[in-house]
Amino acid sequence: MSNIVDKNGRPISRRRFLQGMGALAGTAVLSSSPFRSLHANDQVLNILTWPGHGDPFVVREFEEQYNCTVRTREYEGGEEMLAMVNQAPPGTYDVIMADAEYIEMLRDGDFIQQLDPSDYPLDDFWPEFQEFETHWVDGDLYSVMLRFGYIGMAYRTDVFDEAEVSSYSALWSNKGEGRVGFFDWYLPSMGCVSLYEGNQRPFDIDSAAFEAVKDRLLSLEPQTAGFRGMSGVFSMLTDGTATVIPGVGDWVAFLLQEDGVPVASSVPEEGGLQWTESLSIANGAQNPDLAKSFIQYMTSPEGQVKTARLPAYAASIPNRKGWELLNEEYPDAARSLRHTFDERNVIDEYRDGLISLRRLPVQQNIEQWNDAWTEFKSL
Amino acid sequence: MNRTKVVNSARLLRVIDALGARHETTPRFRQSRFALSWGAPPVLWQLAFFVGPLLLLVWISFWSVSNFRLTPDFVFDNWVHLLSSGSFTSAYAYSFKMALLTAIVVGALAVPAAYTIAFRTSQRVRLTLLLILIVPFFTSYPVRIYSWQSLLSPNGFINSLLEVVSLGPYLFLNNWFGTLIGLMTLTMPLVVIIQTLAFSAVDRRYVEAAYNLGCGRIKTFFTVLLPLAKIGLILSVTLAFVLAFGDFVSPTFLGGSRPPTLSILLTDQVQSGNHWPRASVVAVIMFVTLITVVLSMLALAYRNKWRNV
Repeated sequence: MSNIVDKNGRPISRRRFLQGMGALAGTAVLSSSPFRSLHANDQVLNILTWPGHGDPFVVREFEEQYNCTVRTREYEGGEEMLAMVNQAPPGTYDVIMADAEYIEMLRDGDFIQQLDPSDYPLDDFWPEFQEFETHWVDGDLYSVMLRFGYIGMAYRTDVFDEAEVSSYSALWSNKGEGRVGFFDWYLPSMGCVSLYEGNQRPFDIDSAAFEAVKDRLLSLEPQTAGFRGMSGVFSMLTDGTATVIPGVGDWVAFLLQEDGVPVASSVPEEGGLQWTESLSIANGAQNPDLAKSFIQYMTSPEGQVKTARLPAYAASIPNRKGWELLNEEYPDAARSLRHTFDERNVIDEYRDGLISLRRLPVQQNIEQWNDAWTEFKSL
Repeated sequence: MNRTKVVNSARLLRVIDALGARHETTPRFRQSRFALSWGAPPVLWQLAFFVGPLLLLVWISFWSVSNFRLTPDFVFDNWVHLLSSGSFTSAYAYSFKMALLTAIVVGALAVPAAYTIAFRTSQRVRLTLLLILIVPFFTSYPVRIYSWQSLLSPNGFINSLLEVVSLGPYLFLNNWFGTLIGLMTLTMPLVVIIQTLAFSAVDRRYVEAAYNLGCGRIKTFFTVLLPLAKIGLILSVTLAFVLAFGDFVSPTFLGGSRPPTLSILLTDQVQSGNHWPRASVVAVIMFVTLITVVLSMLALAYRNKWRNV
């Protein structure tokens, strides 16, 4: 160490050298530490969402307009979302995106704030979505719908033709043997099986009907290709490991069709499910005003057009003015989303009464449905 | 200063010295202090991030969950529910079977490779081959698994090759075979490296002596080399078992969760219902299993050594 000298020209001892290096390393670690950002006073909007919603395609304009950063934490399934909300200390999230069936639980758990309806363009929404069930409790608003879609089956068009997937019975067909993939979430998959069993309200069934649904589900074992998360659903259909997947819908087909994969989706004659994604302001949000502005932006016609064309997965939008803007600026997207006014569109399909809102189990607890799903996976 | 005062002062100094207040630092003391200062951080790390969480895990396994909220409790429901569930039993059996299969297959395939690297190559080639075995760790494990996904898919490279000779397509994914391929990808390089080191540590004079006494290559390998490299070989397959038993990536992305392993069952408990207590039960059982296996294998590896001590 004698070759190294201090500013006065004195040699630096090994002890002093190590102390200096330690301090330097400590400074370097702290300066790049994740803990620093927790105390930073930047305008950061923390959002808990399904994957893909933090895409700059959607949020950049908002960030520029409000001089802030949108930071997302992603989940794949409502229960995972609830688990993350439960584990996070207050103030972790400003905005929580949730599916309709979980909003009541978020409200009961005191995780979300009551909203002022006059802050949001609900009057511009299609009438069916202005006072959407589960978003309102005793006349109070807790969440604003951002987007929605229908769930039935997604299938490879080089294996099945449209007529063959007009019923969920396609899942038990010879073509589906060993090639039925599953989105690894009990709710949509078992909901489709419940519809096939003839349950008008697929999640509100008595114990006998539940046992029948369970037996029907277990009978799919020889047909099963595998169970995967959201990304796995795309890869299973792309590489042909699965030729048909229940419990998913347009959102899968749109994206894969863009990549040239021969995939389409169908809502079978037994009916389909509706999924929704809605935005709420978290209780304890660090930036509640910014959160409100974000929801206003996303439910405005401009925000709606962006979220409808979200690169991760496209979806239907509830704002009628958003439809108008979409038709004006992106007529092709409006056609593929069935958001045109002069042809049969997704609202017509909704009005046909074939679509049930995806819900949490009513007569059984979540655990029973989960256990049935785990049992099916373990076969 | 009178004599009494001097005597008292001398006594006081002796007492202080005995108590260590005037302890002189001997070289031996300095050495042990040095060793302690270097050894303490890993010990503290293990206490803080392994022993502590492990105790917490055991404690949480007795908690309950109500409406997605964890409640400190002392109930056996989670243990009873999982231990009496067919899903848990089949996940445990499948995880154990796959880990055992991986250890056996990888262990057996690695031996000839390790032997060749240790005994049949020049030092330069040996180092190059060891470097090649380390290279896979430069890329992330999930990325390697995704690569296998595209190779093994029905429209993938391997099925395309088979199609040329009018075979297939075969389903390599979403079954035990896909899982095994992934687990081999994870464990094979490590096992070969450990076995190579084990063979390299064998004193070559024993091998030469065996040849001089008329032993053939095969007999020398089985009667001299294998027993002398036994500890390294056993440790290598033990490591393969440990890594395979707890792996989540391969059973999910190549095995399609079909059937679920314990690690998948564990994540399912958390993702569906926020059931950390049940996940803790699975984790504790996995830990106990691995500790039992590792200690048994260590006992097997060092059996004769301990006997000779």
